[in-house]
Amino acid sequence: MKSKIDEIIEKQNNTDRSDLLDVLQEIQVIEGYLSEEAIIKTSQYFKLASAKIYGIASFYDHFKFVPQGRFHIKVCNGTACHLANTSNLRKEFEKILKIQHGQCTRDGMFSIEYVPCMGACGISSVISINEEYYSSVKPSDVKDMLENLRNTDDRID
Amino acid sequence: MIFDIEVNNKIIKAKKGETILSALSRNGIKVPTLCYMEELAPSGACRICVVEVEGQPNLVPSCAQPVEEWMRIKTHSPKVIKARKTIVELLLSNHPDDCLYCERNGNCELQKLAVELNVLERRISGQKGKQKADRSGSSMVRDPKKCILCGRCVRVCEEIIGVSAIDFIKRGNHCEITPSFQKGINLSSCINCGQCIMCCPTGALYERDHLPEIIDSLNNPAKHVIIQYSPTISVTLAEEFGVKSGKDINGMINAALRKIGFNKVFDSSFGADINTIEVANELVNRIKTNQNLPMFNSCCPAWVKYIEQTHSHLIENLATVKSPQQIMGKLIKGYYAETFNISANDIYTVSVMPCIAKKFEAQREEMTHKGITDVDAVLTTRELARLIRLYGIDIMNIESELADTILGTRSSAGKLFAVSGGVAEAVIRTSFNLLTGKDLVNFKIIELRSINKGRKEFKIKAGDYEIGVAVVSDMINAEKILNEIKNGRNDIQFIEVMACPGGCVNGGGQPIPSRKEDIKARIKAIYDVDDKESIKFAHKNPQLNELYKNYLGNPCDENCTTILHTSFNKRDVLL
Repeated sequence: MKSKIDEIIEKQNNTDRSDLLDVLQEIQVIEGYLSEEAIIKTSQYFKLASAKIYGIASFYDHFKFVPQGRFHIKVCNGTACHLANTSNLRKEFEKILKIQHGQCTRDGMFSIEYVPCMGACGISSVISINEEYYSSVKPSDVKDMLENLRNTDDRID
Repeated sequence: MIFDIEVNNKIIKAKKGETILSALSRNGIKVPTLCYMEELAPSGACRICVVEVEGQPNLVPSCAQPVEEWMRIKTHSPKVIKARKTIVELLLSNHPDDCLYCERNGNCELQKLAVELNVLERRISGQKGKQKADRSGSSMVRDPKKCILCGRCVRVCEEIIGVSAIDFIKRGNHCEITPSFQKGINLSSCINCGQCIMCCPTGALYERDHLPEIIDSLNNPAKHVIIQYSPTISVTLAEEFGVKSGKDINGMINAALRKIGFNKVFDSSFGADINTIEVANELVNRIKTNQNLPMFNSCCPAWVKYIEQTHSHLIENLATVKSPQQIMGKLIKGYYAETFNISANDIYTVSVMPCIAKKFEAQREEMTHKGITDVDAVLTTRELARLIRLYGIDIMNIESELADTILGTRSSAGKLFAVSGGVAEAVIRTSFNLLTGKDLVNFKIIELRSINKGRKEFKIKAGDYEIGVAVVSDMINAEKILNEIKNGRNDIQFIEVMACPGGCVNGGGQPIPSRKEDIKARIKAIYDVDDKESIKFAHKNPQLNELYKNYLGNPCDENCTTILHTSFNKRDVLL
């Protein structure tokens, strides 16, 4: 069976290096991260070494090399949010979820990432969960928020 | 066009189009460099080569800036020296302070720069790296803590070898050089050529040490320790002891090895002669039956691994003959052991090679039979120099001796295995004899002897057949020739590939630094041996003919095949 990665690569019509980032981005949109398989397939298509592709991709924070959770939490790390005490917010997330920046919980439910300014300094502290934004989040809100998210998970296991 | 420029208040000549650095070094002005590599495009990453050009607001990197007529340059002004010193201080700020225990102590470019720039105290202190050394490779160790990110290894691997097993990952102060997915070097596409070690300025890359095992065996009275050394060692070892490159100290090496306590000393050139005979016979068979052509040499383990991992459909084209090292190992544990009635289990074989891929080759599965490994330990030229120093032998002042005879007499064709083009030359000399029954009169094949070319071709008529030979050094050229063959080129019957530029004389185990002029001198020394010695054809080696008569039988026959030939398999690596 053709994987989604194959489909993305087969769509391409030139093997010029300048298209490399587009392909990697497209794969990440669909898969959520760049798996080894994805990098190796891309490297075969562009006739570049996988070490090179990994090197290029790891230059950008945008590219992830581990799968993301069902709920991907981004905590703003910009100046305004920092002054609004996001460091405590981060600690709260880390305490409850027992994961660090760039990691995912074992059940695959939550992953967390600290990002630069999201451009909503007026309503700091800002976090985004699966691209949905929450304003003025306080550390005390975190526990309920995570509990709600867990309950809204509609996956059938 | 040649014009004048002013450097340090003096007028020097410069050529149009060259860089400031090349104009300076031609005129005897030394500017330190780190990331600069002579044959590759400048990268200008390290900035240690900066100079002051009047009228320019900033210091310019001399390795990248083309020289211009109006330039007035200062190479050692206070501003320049301060900048260079700061760069070195910054590089040292996160460097582990273990120079005394470092592989490259005394031979480290960073250490030398620190001395040159009079860095006597730690002015800037940074956070030290916590990465662990990667000891997964069978032939090399990578210690990222000592890496200064000059990028020379990355460039040599990509632009000269064409493998790209390592690259920069991440950025800023998280930047590192690692194989793909930050995995061990053993899983990567590294072919163990060791060119990265040759160009590493610090101790971040070095060969896997086999010395302790060898010393243990030397001290074990139950072990019969036998050493063989590659044809290349005799012309390069002297450099490690401060002698000008290109001096042949073959006899002294024999004497020194005996003094260290090796029971027998053999010259691997004998193995090279056997390799020549077998390869020539195999080539002639393939030409006559027109099968699996072009045939590739199989004596370069880096090239063999490259074929196994990248072009596994071409494995059939590799000669099935073992490399000289493995042939010698097999004969020592077989023929020699039987002749002298010693159990193969009590024999410990050591080889000295100019190459770190040989360490990998000795550990290949195919090279062990019934628990007996043909070659137990492999030393590089550098390690042998260390061993000689450790045993307190003044190698430059001892009497010459001959190698042991039973497996030690060589033809000068065997010696040629040291240089790119030499294997092909030796094989042609013997194949010509096999095809025509006569020996080549012009045994020197000048077309294969030009030093500067990474790729050479030659055609010869032998009887009813024409043999086309292509010789490649620098792996990147091999890819080109394989492409031509894929596109239908069929006038080449034999392809000799040596992964390292110039052949084994510039192998990954040779003295550091191996500059271009050193390599030329070494190649010349090898060709001198070929000029001087009387036996110039592998098939004229009397001891070898005796060995074939008494023990091996006819070349490429069943007995020879079990002893001297091997097989290759597809290899799964992270390409």
